[in-house]
Amino acid sequence: MSWYFIMKREVNSYFTSLTAYIVLFIFLVISGYFFYTNLTMFVMMVGSDVKLGLWQYTFQDMRRFMLLLLPLLTMRLFSEEKKLGTIELLYTHPIRDMAIIMGKYLACLLVLVVMLALTFLYPILLNIVFSIELGPLVTGYFGLFLLGTAFIACGVFVSSLTENQIVAAMITVGILILFWSIDWNEGIAGTKVMTILHQFSLFEHFYNFPRGVIDISDVVYYLSVSFFFLFLTLCSLESRQWRGKK
Amino acid sequence: MNAIEVENLSKFYGPARGIEDVSFSVKKGEIMGFLGPNGSGKTTTMRILTCFFPPTGGTARICGTDILNDSFSVRQKIGYLPENVPLYTDMPVFSYLNFFAEIKGIPARRKKSKVDEVIQRCELQSVSHRLIRKLSKGFRQRVGIAQALLNDPEVLILDEPTVGLDPKQIIDIRSLIKGLGGSQTVILSTHILPEVSMTCDRVIIMHQGKLIAVDTPADLTKRLQQTPKIILKAEGPTGDILRTIGTIEGITSIDRREPGSGKHGGFYEIETEENADLINEIAKSVYENSWKLKEIRPLDMTLEEIFIKIVTEEEGVNNR
Repeated sequence: MSWYFIMKREVNSYFTSLTAYIVLFIFLVISGYFFYTNLTMFVMMVGSDVKLGLWQYTFQDMRRFMLLLLPLLTMRLFSEEKKLGTIELLYTHPIRDMAIIMGKYLACLLVLVVMLALTFLYPILLNIVFSIELGPLVTGYFGLFLLGTAFIACGVFVSSLTENQIVAAMITVGILILFWSIDWNEGIAGTKVMTILHQFSLFEHFYNFPRGVIDISDVVYYLSVSFFFLFLTLCSLESRQWRGKK
Repeated sequence: MNAIEVENLSKFYGPARGIEDVSFSVKKGEIMGFLGPNGSGKTTTMRILTCFFPPTGGTARICGTDILNDSFSVRQKIGYLPENVPLYTDMPVFSYLNFFAEIKGIPARRKKSKVDEVIQRCELQSVSHRLIRKLSKGFRQRVGIAQALLNDPEVLILDEPTVGLDPKQIIDIRSLIKGLGGSQTVILSTHILPEVSMTCDRVIIMHQGKLIAVDTPADLTKRLQQTPKIILKAEGPTGDILRTIGTIEGITSIDRREPGSGKHGGFYEIETEENADLINEIAKSVYENSWKLKEIRPLDMTLEEIFIKIVTEEEGVNNR
């Protein structure tokens, strides 16, 4: 149960400290702008497949923006506690490290869900004038959510390494961009290496979702990335057990 | 049974020594003071006892539970106020305490009454709905102590609970801590010496990571006063004074501490044999030789002086 108390406190903290509101506001404004420009483009290019194409474009834009925005949500999770010294209180209370991590991770996921849910307004509005297909829309959102879980897990881990929030955010963005661009240079890597690198690319696994396809390997990929980073976070918290030993 | 038993505890930060070979025990209901200069290992010891990090060597038991084997149940038994009182400053006092009541595992039906109780005990009623960020240092300190008291801990560990408070607040906190003794075992650290004699049943003196004395404040004073001292301030030819008084029976040594005004006289520190009351003799001698007597009094060692004495003696041993 203690993960739930941690989560509750974190969610409260997000919504009392304005962080969440600011991030939500920026995300809504920018993704609204993406939606608008993509929509006008499809309206002008008469004959193209609005039902599928519009969402593909909009989701591709949104995920890039998520890469920049989510680290701003995760940066405070552990860094702030380290800076304030409150991490010492958590460590000396009867609560498992895993519960601390899960509480913080889930709190951030909750903000992500709210963030994505609010953008659902755009398809609803569009649906009034132009009927849209629900399938690709739902799978697209599911893909964005999975992508977000991986981003957040990475952010949680980096935040557990430093007490400086800005540093945490910058390193998280750095790692995410690396994972995004890992399969860009085909010329140097060669085909064999490339097939492996493709598997590691955070965005490569995203393309299927807005097309209305849920490939189990994509889902497994994002879940493993999350597990991987959460596991590293656990190691990072537990490092206090062996640090300084002779 | 002892509430706290510490056996050969050591902690190294890489090659740097935090504490080394510290052993002591605290009886149930006792208030134990940790005394030592900054960096002497008080916080390190407390952090090990509260399972913040494990020791490099040795172990400790809190109410019979080993801190290494079962840190989870140790953490259920303790209340801890870390140094500098870390707080979630963006939370109101009430929510803050509520959160800690939750993660201490206090059942939902007793939570509210428990939080209300510590708010009463630490006199936080007037600020319970204000943001911690906006509270004064004294109130923050009390919020920290309230948090530590929430689960009625068997062992309460307070790291410098009165640092940075004004005199009135210090007195309040001290009486709060004194009120806890008897029912709860308390360890508190400080580098303010009068605090120890006022609140603690026993004192541990630490220096450079080592435990150098454990005793009651009174016994500590007695033990170090085995050679009574007398302070004499007189004006007269220094050589004569040293010679004449040095020959009085029962005086083991006389030292000139600092020169007085003019060429002659000054402060003298005189050590006498045990139980010798020589103030009259010395005064008579000063009077007979027509030196000017300015001041004569027995030197009571304050805890400060004891502390400095112990610490410097220990250092002397190390240098040899």
